[in-house]
Amino acid sequence: MTPTDEKAANAFFHALSDSTRRDILRRVLAGEHSVTALAEHYPMSFAAVQKHVAVLERSGLVTKRRSGRESLASGDVEAVRAVATMLAEFEDVWRGRVEGIDALLARDDTTDGTS
Amino acid sequence: MPLTDVTTDIDNRTIVMTCDFPVSPERLWQVWADPRQLEQWWGPESHPATVTEHDLTPGGLVKYHMTGPDGQRFPGGWEVIAVEAPHRLEVRDFFADADGNPVESAPESRIVIEITATEDGSRMVNTSTWESVEAMQQVLDMGVIEGSSSAIGQLDALLAA
Repeated sequence: MTPTDEKAANAFFHALSDSTRRDILRRVLAGEHSVTALAEHYPMSFAAVQKHVAVLERSGLVTKRRSGRESLASGDVEAVRAVATMLAEFEDVWRGRVEGIDALLARDDTTDGTS
Repeated sequence: MPLTDVTTDIDNRTIVMTCDFPVSPERLWQVWADPRQLEQWWGPESHPATVTEHDLTPGGLVKYHMTGPDGQRFPGGWEVIAVEAPHRLEVRDFFADADGNPVESAPESRIVIEITATEDGSRMVNTSTWESVEAMQQVLDMGVIEGSSSAIGQLDALLAA
C-alpha cells in the first residue's frame, strides 16, 4: 500500500464515521446541492454543515465548485465505489467459504435426503 | 445455492451473509466446532487451512495457518468472545505471527455466527465487521485472499444494488 492510498483510506473512513456526513453524501450523490440547501436539513449551524462538507471534500468523496455566491457540492461515485470494492472483496472470501461448507455437508449425505 | 442473501453496509463496514443449508443446526455447528471440519473450508482452495489449536470456550483461542501454493504460511486465529452451541458463535478474527500470537498492529474483524433451525434445515447468518476501512484495505494489500475469487463476476451486481 502506498502512503497515498493509506491516507485516502483513512480519509474515507473518517468521513464516513459521522451520520450527518453520510446523510450529506447520500444527498449529493443523488445530485448537486448547494451548501445552503443542505444546511436546511440539519439542526445545526450553517458553519457546522460547511465543516462536514469540507471533511467529505478532503476525503475525495465529494467535490465542490463555486457558482456565483453559491458553493455547490456533488458526490464522487468513483470514490464511493472504491470503498464498496473493499467490502466486495471480503464478501468473495466468504462466498468461497460457504461453498466449502456446502461441499463438506453434501459429502455426508446421511443427515437427510435433500440436496 | 446455500447463499441466499448478502447485505453490504459501507457506513458500518459490515457484511451480513445469510446462508441456508439442508442440515440440522447441530450438524452445521460441527463445521465450526470440529477443527478437522473447519480446516476443510476456512482457507481458499489454493490456501488450505491447518488448525493447530481449537478451544471453543469464551476467552479461548483457535489458531490456524493457511499454506499457499509455494509453501508460504499465513498464520491467523480467533479469540472466542461468546459461544452458545449450536446457535451462536462470536469471535475476534486476527492475523498471527509465526508462533500463532495475535499481531496487534494488524487489522482485525469481529465475526458473529448465528444458526437457527428452519423448515428445510438451518439458516446461518454471518455478520463480519471491520474496525475501519483502513483495516480492510490492509487485509487486501496483504494478498492473503488472492486466488479465492470464485465469484468476482458478481461484483458489479453488488455495487449496483
